[in-house]
Amino acid sequence: MDTALINPEMPLTYPDMVVEDRQRHLFRVSRRAFTEEAVLEGERRGIFDRCWLYVGHSSEIADNCDFITRAVGGRELIFNRDRGGAVHAFLNTCPHRGAMVVREKKGNALSFRCFYHGWSFNVNGRFASRFEEGNYGKEHYGGGCADLAQVPRLENYRDFWFVNFDRNAVSLSDYLAGAKEYIDLVADQAEAGMEIVGGGQQYIINANWKLLAENSVDAFHGFPVHSTYFDYLQNIGSLRTDSGVDMSPRGMTNLGNGHAVIEYASPWGRPIARWVPSWGEEKRELVERIRHGLVQRFGQERGLRIAESSRNMVIFPNLVINDIMAITVRTFFPDAANRMTVSAWALGARDEDHELRKLRLFNFLEFLGPGGFATPDDQEALENCQRGYRNLREVGWNDISKGMPRVGQPKNDDEEQMRCFWRQWRQRMAGVA
Amino acid sequence: MNADASLSQGLTKDDPGLRARIEDFLYLEADLLDEWRIEEWFALFAEGATYEVPPIGDTDEADPSTSLFYIADDYVRLRERVVRLTKKEAHSEFPRSRQRHMISNVRITAMTSGIVEVGCNFITYRAKRGVVDTYYGKHLYRIDCIANPWKIKSKRSVLGMDMLYPGKLTIII
Repeated sequence: MDTALINPEMPLTYPDMVVEDRQRHLFRVSRRAFTEEAVLEGERRGIFDRCWLYVGHSSEIADNCDFITRAVGGRELIFNRDRGGAVHAFLNTCPHRGAMVVREKKGNALSFRCFYHGWSFNVNGRFASRFEEGNYGKEHYGGGCADLAQVPRLENYRDFWFVNFDRNAVSLSDYLAGAKEYIDLVADQAEAGMEIVGGGQQYIINANWKLLAENSVDAFHGFPVHSTYFDYLQNIGSLRTDSGVDMSPRGMTNLGNGHAVIEYASPWGRPIARWVPSWGEEKRELVERIRHGLVQRFGQERGLRIAESSRNMVIFPNLVINDIMAITVRTFFPDAANRMTVSAWALGARDEDHELRKLRLFNFLEFLGPGGFATPDDQEALENCQRGYRNLREVGWNDISKGMPRVGQPKNDDEEQMRCFWRQWRQRMAGVA
Repeated sequence: MNADASLSQGLTKDDPGLRARIEDFLYLEADLLDEWRIEEWFALFAEGATYEVPPIGDTDEADPSTSLFYIADDYVRLRERVVRLTKKEAHSEFPRSRQRHMISNVRITAMTSGIVEVGCNFITYRAKRGVVDTYYGKHLYRIDCIANPWKIKSKRSVLGMDMLYPGKLTIII
């Protein structure tokens, strides 16, 4: 093991790239896991072909015949609702000669028609063209060989839809394991349900995808990287740490299967439901009413937990649900070992008051997204790491050991949540080594 | 700085002299951004002004209270954006990127009570660590030409790309 740490020439299998030494409180990850195309190829087979991957939220295809197209796990998908309201995920490729059948990002359609040769399909995927006799046999019409192909597995938990390209995967419910409790804390915020708000953001980061999985639940970087954001909160009167409720951080929880969450007292305002002075007195009553409603529905403890605490969660491998000053749902896929495409959305209550909705989006943008006061600095950190890995022949390993000697529950600024991710990564990659 | 006299009463939106003066004003703004004279840039804005970058693919009239913008700053947050960018801890702009703002196709689309509505195309280049980011689209301005010096009441930068390839919007485009 120590040889591996000092000898960059030694060949490593994928599981060798994660080294845990509990006795010496050392956890190391080879930087080659972030740079090698061969590793990415292994991840495609061992992770993206086998794990449950987030495809979209029910609210994005709210009406019958709504559709969106989305790249998920290296595939091009159509995620839609048919005429009867049933939800589907199809591989967006014509069974005839391969062209992508749907080219718009979203819409509402009674059928899909491939522009290349005109094969058309019902929105339930069935081949719907009627060619004159002699062109095609009955296999095309009744046998299914000309239908749009469905993804092997499609399941949802509380309006969050996931696909799996492994027909034999465990159920989504089993896969999500402890993460379900934390999805509930988001889904329960409004009786009418939650919805994706006002489109989404898509952008490129020139860094390995796993760097964003780590960063999204990393409280250790919060103050060093985001001091200008906290300065901003202070300047405008949005920093509030004087709440009457228990503000002690709940730390970090291992949710199983590589998923992890950190939960902590919020220093910022939350539209559901934590008022801060910069919002003005007139919004105070509105926010208090929601807070009171949560306590009535869920009792003092859970109600205030939903209202007060912030949570950052990673669902292995690449779904982030951060319920912070706003709620962001974020997923990301590798385009190459050193490049990922990120899709991020805002989630809010379906029946949200107009003023609070406005506030939610305003809050979202103060921290999150390419123009926010924090996300771009995370991106800078990730891209700097990727660049720093050019030195990996001389400095070959990342250290993810913080908090290992600690007795009891890990703190949210320890690195146990990343260790959960990497242990799962090692286990999954052992299957393809 | 723009120390011109305020808009003379007789000037109309079709007056070529007005467009020349508007162009000078926009070139001044671009120059301040190119030179990282960002506090002086902020001083071009009227109190209560807004600065926005709406989502790609949305309409020019997109509303930040219902759509997820990239940037939707009121005057206070714009001031804070500028303050942040002057700090070393705004890591994405430390060391500072190098920028060049190009403006063209300037048109005055309306003029009411001394407030001139202006549209123009832009290309902004940002270079850092050997990577060149290109942003392009159109700016929509409302400029108060009665004020002396002129003041920007709103600036909306509508991106023309189909996706945010550079990944971040840390500079003023």
